[in-house]
Amino acid sequence: MKTETYEHKIFKVSRRDFLKTTSVSMSGLLLGIQFSCTDTSKQLTGNPSAVFSPNLFISINGSGDVTLIAHRSEMGTGIRTSLPLIMADELEADWSRVKVEQAVADEKYGDQNTDGSFSVRMFFTPLRKAGATVRLMLEQAAAKEWGVPVSECKAVNHEVVHTSGKAFGFGYLAEKAGALPIPDEKTVTLKDPKDFKYITKQSSIVDLKDIVTGKAKFGYDNKLPNTKFAVIKRNPEAGAGLKAFNMDAAMKVPGVVKVFKLDAPGFPTNFNKPLGGVAVVAENTWAAMKGRDALEVTWEKGINADYNSLAYNADMLKRVKTKGKVRRENGKVDQALAKSKKIIEGEYSVPLISHSPMETPCALAHVHDNICEVWAPVQDPQGVRKSLAGALGMEEKAVTVNVTLLGGAFGRKSKPDFVVEAALISREMGSPVKILWTREDDIQHDFYHFPSAQYIKAGIDDNNKVNAWLHRSTFPPIGGTADAKAAEPSGAELSMGMVDLPYAIDNICCESQDSKAKIRIGWLRSVANIHHAFAVGSMVDEIAHARGVDPVENILDMLGEDRTIDFKTLSPEFWNYNESAEDFPWDVARFRKVIETAKEKSNWGKSLPKGSAQGISVHRSFLTYVACVVEVTVDENNKIKIPKVDYVVDCGVPVNPERIKSQFEGGATFAASLALKSEITVKNGAVEQHNFDDYSVARMTDAPYETAVHIIESGEKPTGVGEPPIPPFIPALCNAIFAATGKRIRQLPIKLA
Amino acid sequence: MATYQLNINGKSQDVDAAPETPLLWVLRDNLDLTGTKFGCGKALCGACTVHLDGNPVRSCSTPVSTVGTKKVTTIEGVSGEGLHPVQQAWMEENVPQCGYCQTGQIMSAIALIAKNPNPSDSDIDSFMSGNICRCGTYERIRKAIKRAATASAK
Repeated sequence: MKTETYEHKIFKVSRRDFLKTTSVSMSGLLLGIQFSCTDTSKQLTGNPSAVFSPNLFISINGSGDVTLIAHRSEMGTGIRTSLPLIMADELEADWSRVKVEQAVADEKYGDQNTDGSFSVRMFFTPLRKAGATVRLMLEQAAAKEWGVPVSECKAVNHEVVHTSGKAFGFGYLAEKAGALPIPDEKTVTLKDPKDFKYITKQSSIVDLKDIVTGKAKFGYDNKLPNTKFAVIKRNPEAGAGLKAFNMDAAMKVPGVVKVFKLDAPGFPTNFNKPLGGVAVVAENTWAAMKGRDALEVTWEKGINADYNSLAYNADMLKRVKTKGKVRRENGKVDQALAKSKKIIEGEYSVPLISHSPMETPCALAHVHDNICEVWAPVQDPQGVRKSLAGALGMEEKAVTVNVTLLGGAFGRKSKPDFVVEAALISREMGSPVKILWTREDDIQHDFYHFPSAQYIKAGIDDNNKVNAWLHRSTFPPIGGTADAKAAEPSGAELSMGMVDLPYAIDNICCESQDSKAKIRIGWLRSVANIHHAFAVGSMVDEIAHARGVDPVENILDMLGEDRTIDFKTLSPEFWNYNESAEDFPWDVARFRKVIETAKEKSNWGKSLPKGSAQGISVHRSFLTYVACVVEVTVDENNKIKIPKVDYVVDCGVPVNPERIKSQFEGGATFAASLALKSEITVKNGAVEQHNFDDYSVARMTDAPYETAVHIIESGEKPTGVGEPPIPPFIPALCNAIFAATGKRIRQLPIKLA
Repeated sequence: MATYQLNINGKSQDVDAAPETPLLWVLRDNLDLTGTKFGCGKALCGACTVHLDGNPVRSCSTPVSTVGTKKVTTIEGVSGEGLHPVQQAWMEENVPQCGYCQTGQIMSAIALIAKNPNPSDSDIDSFMSGNICRCGTYERIRKAIKRAATASAK
């Protein structure tokens, strides 16, 4: 019931703030400014300095300008547009007269932590109510002016219109609505979805023009007077300390002003602590980089100095074949497997992966006069505020976090470490400081996607039905980045594609093996769904071939009857992305529908030349149902091309279809990087990759040529789309490669040799 | 440190910088032209693309001392009033997601169309493959380039 909690919070605060925020300034009148509109039949504007702010998210001034607050971070999903659109629709505002303002970090806005694909899911209804409440107040104000019943007044496109045809503009009504009490929530009616003007319709992002003209402000684009520029040299081994350093050569670099040590956190590092090292501060970015190059540093060895990822991954693969801790059990898998006519086994391996958003971590901080101000590209503004307060020994109210646009994030910028670095250096310098992570810093000191190993063994009985499914998974849990004892994959992590297996198989056993983090592990776009969907989606396809059944028909057959699955009864630790099973049931019919639609839309089974084939996979993550058909071409040199991808998505009410499509198009390319390109390896505790030459990501030639996104029409509660494109793409691609070449992929990134 | 007289977006600008300073940091730190982005520092990603006499270069790997009298054009200087046809096409195709790499993509695309007014898919692939977009907007970039090429031909 999380949604309701936040809903409550918004309205509770808005009522409390009402008296404070609706007081109308009279300065406009004192200055002698006249109303511009004299037509009393249709008065559009009012007191120009009046501001009607009945809640935290919406304000309307006397000129009729509507300002809507975007309280979640924009990293490319379009959320800075989609949430204001929801409010504008219910408000009946003219979108061209809406200005979107980015919120600073403040608990009063409710949850601002932009991850987990839940912005729309969590705020759809509360923001509709916020808009509808203001619409009602404007209608009430007009009714009062005209002395008519409010039922005769209707807000339409920035005006309130009476049944007689006369109208007042929102600007004219702003001051008058501000004098009214906030109506009881029960009297507020939401629009009938058939009357939506913006929700479910096409629209461009609010920052589009600023982006294409270079005016948009990202994390490293702000500057204050006397700003200094900093980079940090960090121990290649995460969390380990500094033994000694010599700054003589660095200080000789023209422009370098100061070099000093920052404390290391040890390992585990925790999520909000910087890695420490040696800060080099200069008059410009280049001087800081050159100064860092000139540093002589001797590092301490930490507890992970012997960490070698190849050996670590091989050990995980070995251990995952042995019995682990049971996390879900139906029937008796061992006995069933003993009776199976055919046994299929696979072991799957996914390496460490770096987020590498195009904008590396960066921030501007100014610590002065017992306050701290930052401008930074952060996913979790309130978390950043708390971390800064803690690191600086300040109260949170002394810390202001201004959120810039994020140049990509994918989970990386949900950690505040780089902003804390900027603030600590600013405090030391007594001036504003901009910190930049170079690409090498980014690739070598990330919070990586966990390395993993899995083993799946499936049995097929005498009737050619799947009678047993044994799935074992191991990876260092994200919790291990903060807690030295955490080694067991969490229930939530295993609910991302492992224990939530929807197939109607009588005997299922899901087991986990412990693994300990040796480097900072963090969540990356779709998190544990990446490796679980890869293994499960690949094994389901192997089963199809073993059964001699078409892969689509195989999935539909394995799925069984339409039903809702209560995974809590199957695995007590099951996690439904913080939502109840009542609000967001696991609905087999919706899962089936995306598969059937994908079959149709992709022209499944179409004839293709030799070396080309289709593959399918389907996955529910973040409460969104997605089927994916990938068409692949593999040439004689084993070069992989992806001419076509068909996605079918059921995300409930599709709030902003244009951005849903862009998330899926981009998701296919992001997933192509994971499948075909990206791998981090570690030797003696240090990451071996440096930049985009040795850490490869998808370029235009690697990306799918065409991605068709088919959105299921739905009136169900909306769910997110940032992460769900990723999981099914990878197995669909691997299954297509199998169909084209006969080569079964069990290790990422794909190497066809 | 040395003083360089640069021609940037049609304007003469004097800047003080160490000779090896990449043009990127001169544009950003000295001149506050922040539309040009840092992505890799090694000419591997294209986020910092600007034009020197109309030719696309990676400003992160172009020392200021090598610029001389060549005309530097950044995203801020590609159009006077209004938008360049490539920017217009970018808007019509709703290309950007996070937007960070897009100024570099647009600078590469403008250079491509200037040299090749009717680029094929493979022309686009080979010209644009130096520009990375982690959000994965490549399909729309390709469409926008074709749209801009068509618009420019009219």
